[in-house]
Amino acid sequence: MDTPVQLTIDDQAVSAAPGTTIHKAARAAGIVIPTICYHDYCTANALCRICVVEVEGSRTLVPACVAFVAEGMRVRTQTERVRRARKNILEMLASTVDLSEAPEILALMKEYGADAQRFPGALKRDPPLVDDNPMYIRDYAKCILCWRCVQVCASDAQYTYAINFEKRGFHTQISTFFQRPMPLTTCVFCGQCVGVCPTGALKSRRAWLLEQGMLE
Amino acid sequence: MSIVTTTCPYCGVGCKLELHVKDGVIYNVTSPFNSVVNHGNLCVKGRFGYDFVYSPKRVTVPLIRKVPQVPGSRTQAFDRSEWREATWDEALDLVADRLTGIYSRDGSRAMAVYCCAKATNEDNYLLQKLFRALFRTHNVDHCTRLCHAGSVVALQMAVGSSAMSNTAAEVVENDVFIITGSNTTENHPIIALQMKAAVEKHGAKLIVVDPRRVEMVDYATLWLPLRPGTDVAVFSAMAHVILKEKLCDEAFIRERTENMEAFAASMEKFTPEFAESVSGVKRNLIIEAARLYAKARNAAIYWSLGIPESSHGTDNAFSLIHLALLTGHIGRRGNGLNPLRGQNNVQGASDAGAMPWHFPGYQPVDDDASARKFEEAWHVEPGGLGRKRGLTTTEIVSAIAPEGVRALYIMGENPMMSEPNLNHTRHKLQDLEFLVAQDLFINESGAFADVLLPATSWAEKEGTFTNTDRRVQLVRQAIEPRGQSRPDWKILCDLAKRLEARLGRPESAFWDYACPSEILEEMGRLVPDYAGVKYGRLAEEGLQTPVYDDQHPGTPVLFTERFTRGRAKFHPLDFRPAAETPDKEFPFILTTGRVLEHWHGGSMTRNSKLDDLYPEALMELHPDDAKRLDLSDKQPVRVRSRRGEVVLRITVTTRTTPGVVFIPFHFREAAANLLTNDVLDPLAKIPEYKACAVRISPARPEDLEKPEARQPRGRY
Repeated sequence: MDTPVQLTIDDQAVSAAPGTTIHKAARAAGIVIPTICYHDYCTANALCRICVVEVEGSRTLVPACVAFVAEGMRVRTQTERVRRARKNILEMLASTVDLSEAPEILALMKEYGADAQRFPGALKRDPPLVDDNPMYIRDYAKCILCWRCVQVCASDAQYTYAINFEKRGFHTQISTFFQRPMPLTTCVFCGQCVGVCPTGALKSRRAWLLEQGMLE
Repeated sequence: MSIVTTTCPYCGVGCKLELHVKDGVIYNVTSPFNSVVNHGNLCVKGRFGYDFVYSPKRVTVPLIRKVPQVPGSRTQAFDRSEWREATWDEALDLVADRLTGIYSRDGSRAMAVYCCAKATNEDNYLLQKLFRALFRTHNVDHCTRLCHAGSVVALQMAVGSSAMSNTAAEVVENDVFIITGSNTTENHPIIALQMKAAVEKHGAKLIVVDPRRVEMVDYATLWLPLRPGTDVAVFSAMAHVILKEKLCDEAFIRERTENMEAFAASMEKFTPEFAESVSGVKRNLIIEAARLYAKARNAAIYWSLGIPESSHGTDNAFSLIHLALLTGHIGRRGNGLNPLRGQNNVQGASDAGAMPWHFPGYQPVDDDASARKFEEAWHVEPGGLGRKRGLTTTEIVSAIAPEGVRALYIMGENPMMSEPNLNHTRHKLQDLEFLVAQDLFINESGAFADVLLPATSWAEKEGTFTNTDRRVQLVRQAIEPRGQSRPDWKILCDLAKRLEARLGRPESAFWDYACPSEILEEMGRLVPDYAGVKYGRLAEEGLQTPVYDDQHPGTPVLFTERFTRGRAKFHPLDFRPAAETPDKEFPFILTTGRVLEHWHGGSMTRNSKLDDLYPEALMELHPDDAKRLDLSDKQPVRVRSRRGEVVLRITVTTRTTPGVVFIPFHFREAAANLLTNDVLDPLAKIPEYKACAVRISPARPEDLEKPEARQPRGRY
């Protein structure tokens, strides 16, 4: 067993095995670093950047979900710079994505005092709802591109590789290859993607029909 | 809104489900990510396949046939207009009267029952108790006979215990593993995820031995594409190589096995050259596979129904067991002999005694001490329980005749889809004097019944399932029973009391249970492996049997110190081909199985949205064969065997091998079991579903029963 690494997080002395992320080391010490795209059972990708922290000596903010602890590291999780960055991220998300079914993100917005109307002229991501199979619907207006669904469809769980990102930048969206309807892809309809979706963008069709009052 | 944690009703993996309920309607299913069996992952059936509960075709009122049925001309009634609704009292009284009448006239030989691997341990324990204690018959069986009987018999004879020796999740600890006769990604999808991870993330090497190029071949180091029915030759040739190259674990063989010499002598003839000549597998592949498996530190074998469903299924399973015994790949973590059980509760139904040769806990019916034990427990006079083995599933069908079986009680099963040679089954069921079906739907078998007793689904009752790696898990009620449907255990207790009154039994076998946990406790008092299985201990992860007392922690790995029978026993083997091999008239080998979206006879999945994903039977045909026969993809064909014919579309695919075709057996419109051969393995009495000879000719779209049922899919 490797010798544990000694570091401080918010001035608290913390000891963690080498190879532990700052996020997990903090959690073990009872310090909560907020996450959105991170999921305990998916590979962390530092996409949403809500988990950023200040590490002494680092020019930029560091995403805690992928950065490993190091000897003597001094981490601060709630500095003004960190909190401002998180608030910004939340406000930008809220300006473009329908977060109405993402209670965890809504709670964070409250906690960080984020203003959903800060960017009133922002372009909304508003693609039409995709209802192309009997099992689940895809409402990408609610998608924050956390990548969980792509990962569980790939080597995080299912090894099916039915979905990926398409387009670039603001126009990035989760899609099947060549935008084929889901039944025509390699999809096995396991719904692992639905299981990890944090915003209600992916939803069992029965749950959606129930909401619409259309469940027979 | 509520969320109820329960266990999946489909396959033997036993995934944990959370049913989300609003106003009595299940609208979503999730799974906790910390679940020990499935880590939050589910397959399409577990996550989306529960809507059969709400199918408009579901029967929720007791039904009695309007026209009295006569042996010889019994008909199928799918239409509700041929049935009249009855009260529970009327239906149960009728069942009790008719069953007692037949029993009083003909005795125990006229009575038979199919228990149900979908139902709970408690339901199965009660139903076998009912037929044994009240009708004194051991004609008690269920679909285990059609599934892993060959594995069960071989394991019982070789090591003394017939379940997976290790826990499925241990696959990531294998250095090498063999999958044979299992399309794991479709039939045990969540175990397949762990197998893929074992290869991709943990560096395990996989050997697939299968006539089909199943998806797991994509992850394999070696694929041995054998001709159906030649398993003994291939695995014994591997044993031959292990013996010749002295790759055995001598100490293990010396200390823990017996009969090695006779076995080794019988392996002389199984040279890789011989195996290649009968199986079509290149000899070097066999040699390489033998070396890879034998030299591994940790190696395990996973198999499913491709092994046992054969006229020499027991021998097939022996040939796998031998590999583990020769190399000592058993009795340790990350090793083992692992028959992947099909049904959610086939392990539990077997444990609960739903079998003709065993009381609960595999205590032989022909052993006087065991019989005495159960006579005392069930208040039966000494000698009251027969000491002769009862009839197996397929034997029950064959025994339907004026001097044989007259009354059949079917709980949940569907022999008119699942038996081999269905034309024979149909003929036999027509000859029954009385048939009761206890089910959710009027399925192909229940359509023959006189009375249909509406049972609840798994979401409407309490109980336990025992999964493929012997884990007993809770089934919890999420919604109220639909209509007047009732949980199986309540129906059975009600019926049993009526029967006891009519039979004039001085002492009751006892049917007054307040809840299912009391039934499991009664079973635990009679079955040592379940002695410590109590509901209060099952809430989180369940318990893996054996659990010998209330403190025992359960047993993830079997045989660490000793085998159940003491020493494991080698069994000399000879090669026998499939009972029916291809010839000029029937040049193809048909093998059967399942697809991801459907479940067995289809009572559940064909009444679900799952049917929209995969609405019609498709036969897999290799491109070489398609070219030779001048057939194109999705073209309808007529497939004939010596026993029957079906019309269905083909899918031209390299998932099968030249000369071998595959048909899933879920579809009434093209029932694969009209074609299959009802020849039985002499020891296990399991039919040969995996190999029979067929011929193929073009058909017209209008010959299809549902030509409009087409769902283009990327996967198929």
